[in-house]
Amino acid sequence: MSSAAVRFDRVGKSYKYFQLTDLSFELVPGQIMGFVGPNGAGKSTTLRILMGLVQQDQGEVTLLGQPMPRQQALAKRDVGYVSEDMRLYSQMTLAWHMHFVASIYPGWDAQYANLLLKRFNLRPAQTIKSLSHGERSKATLLLALARRPKLLVLDEPTTGLDPVARHEILTELMDVLTDENRSILFSSHNTKDVEQISDVITFIDRGTVIDSSDKEVFLERWCRMRLEFPLGRDLPALPGAIDTAVSGRTAVLTTNAFTPELAAAYEHAGAHVQDVQRMTLEEIFVATVMHSRKERGQ
Amino acid sequence: MPCILCITNMHSNLIISQADRRPMYLQLMEQIRRRVAVGDWQPGHELPSIRALAAETQVSVITIKRAYLELERAGVIVTRQGKGSFIADTVDLGASLKREELVEHLVAAARIADDLQMDRGEVLDQLGEALDQLTKETP
Repeated sequence: MSSAAVRFDRVGKSYKYFQLTDLSFELVPGQIMGFVGPNGAGKSTTLRILMGLVQQDQGEVTLLGQPMPRQQALAKRDVGYVSEDMRLYSQMTLAWHMHFVASIYPGWDAQYANLLLKRFNLRPAQTIKSLSHGERSKATLLLALARRPKLLVLDEPTTGLDPVARHEILTELMDVLTDENRSILFSSHNTKDVEQISDVITFIDRGTVIDSSDKEVFLERWCRMRLEFPLGRDLPALPGAIDTAVSGRTAVLTTNAFTPELAAAYEHAGAHVQDVQRMTLEEIFVATVMHSRKERGQ
Repeated sequence: MPCILCITNMHSNLIISQADRRPMYLQLMEQIRRRVAVGDWQPGHELPSIRALAAETQVSVITIKRAYLELERAGVIVTRQGKGSFIADTVDLGASLKREELVEHLVAAARIADDLQMDRGEVLDQLGEALDQLTKETP
């Protein structure tokens, strides 16, 4: 049995026009993982495999230590899954849904549910069809949160929401993490949200993981360096350069392996390091995707 | 309405700005150093737990951990296993932090002076003028 909250080990799944290949990553308890990828990268399919809604062709998936999809009934008791394809009954009220979920899951925390109603500014008597998109997102999240699951699996929880609703949701997610045994796996293409609240980030593109690491490591390793080199000399070729744009005697170099030693090595090779700029997660994400596509000849 | 909790230890009032290009852990470190420098947080003051501060600032646990670790290395805070993190008992921490800050500003000023191709004499004159101005302001 593994101690990871989520583990994918070389998972594959083939469709007619799309495939997941060699997908591996791990989420340890107490952390938030942001699962980031362009549209159609395979984020939702991966989460569906995790939840046993789709069965993988190859590889091992474990959810809270249970092999999936074999032990899904056992594992899913402690997992809250929220996605677009989870439909609520549009004619029924939020109160009815709360009662319904409470009757299935013994862990339902009525006091917390009421607190969330207030914080999310939701009215239990309202029917689902009368809710706005943001209210519906918050309602589905409430139904998952109030069960106090060990793991939350959220497919694009903040997509299409206004800044206030997004803030409310992120606040609640961070609140879950005050308990160090709970974990969250959420997919998003909003890199700002991911940069803010994730401990670990996994980038996925065209059905495979292209990078997975601690957020701090990502932000520290990826840099843009502005270099000046003497006339008539070429830019020294050093490892770690992902992209180089040279114009005259200046070069802008993007690296995913920045260390002070790397800057020193360029100085030593005759270039002058003018400055080192940090990159936002969004810039890092785009650079990673472009680089990986180039490497794979796509 | 003033927040009653803010006066107590519950809320640290530390704020992370997404518009700030500096890394989030550096922003946190700077604000904590400042609290110490102005005397809001005295030696022995208990800091919020990593997870509580993460929830409060809505910043990932790993980022808060990083800030605390670096502050510990810099001798600003001490972490006692199972008890929490506290402002270090170092004497005169405020003054030493201010001195560090002064050096940082001087280095930045020197860099600008270098860009402007000012010579050493000119730079020192400017600093002298700034000091003179200060004595005029505070009689």
